[in-house]
Amino acid sequence: MITLSHYLLISAALFSLGIMGVLTRKNAVNVLMGIELILNSANINLVAFSRYSSNGIDGQMFAIIVIVVAASEVAVALAMVLTMYRLLRTVNLDQADTLKPTCKVCATSIPN
Amino acid sequence: MSASDIIFLIVAVVTVGSAAIVVLSRSLIYSAFSLLFTFFGVAIIYVYLGADFLAGTQVLIYVGGILVLLLFGVMLTHRLYSLNLRTETFQVIPGFLIALAVFISLALVSTRTNWHVVADKPLVPTTDTIGTLFLTEYLLPFEIASILLLVALIGAAMLVRRRADI
Repeated sequence: MITLSHYLLISAALFSLGIMGVLTRKNAVNVLMGIELILNSANINLVAFSRYSSNGIDGQMFAIIVIVVAASEVAVALAMVLTMYRLLRTVNLDQADTLKPTCKVCATSIPN
Repeated sequence: MSASDIIFLIVAVVTVGSAAIVVLSRSLIYSAFSLLFTFFGVAIIYVYLGADFLAGTQVLIYVGGILVLLLFGVMLTHRLYSLNLRTETFQVIPGFLIALAVFISLALVSTRTNWHVVADKPLVPTTDTIGTLFLTEYLLPFEIASILLLVALIGAAMLVRRRADI
């Protein structure tokens, strides 16, 4: 018998895996994948609570809005990743440190 | 255990397992394609929750849109002469500990709490209700979402144009 707790457990697993992806990966695209996992787990929670509660399908409406926000977020974030690759020739987040005073690339790699 | 329970268990294992591959795999291509299985698994979980429209939306937008965008991001920022795109990790131990603590606390909350559950709501098609609600009660979020999409479109196009055009 599947109960609410099973959905919440799946959602918790996806959320913590997404947190780990965001915290440990250097590649910006990988960090974006972690954020997508987190948003998916939040969506599972919303839909599960709306299924097992008494008031309508409000959770599904919230989930659709979250999907819209995730789509626009990933579009803007990938534009930023492409710009970062064009300026710095890398998508590793630890090398995007041009605001640090002692960095190696800030004198040369940014045009204009 | 009935058949649907067993199928649910398989779907849950595939979803969480491929999410683990997304996070733990060193190859960027493997991560992107494991994300495909995670998104499909989440869509099947939506079907189990009686959200038919949302399952279709998940497949269309996540698999058809977001995953393709992520693959574009992978292929435009790496030189794809071979498939072994290695990515580096850092602060693995603190990240794992934080993720483990988050999972343990969320799992304890979700299993220990005495949820007020409404048992056995009927499974009805939701598309009609969702359309009606979006044009009546949720009209303002609907309009704000469309404006957000427009702003994201303009912002993404402005971010990636050439610097000389400014």
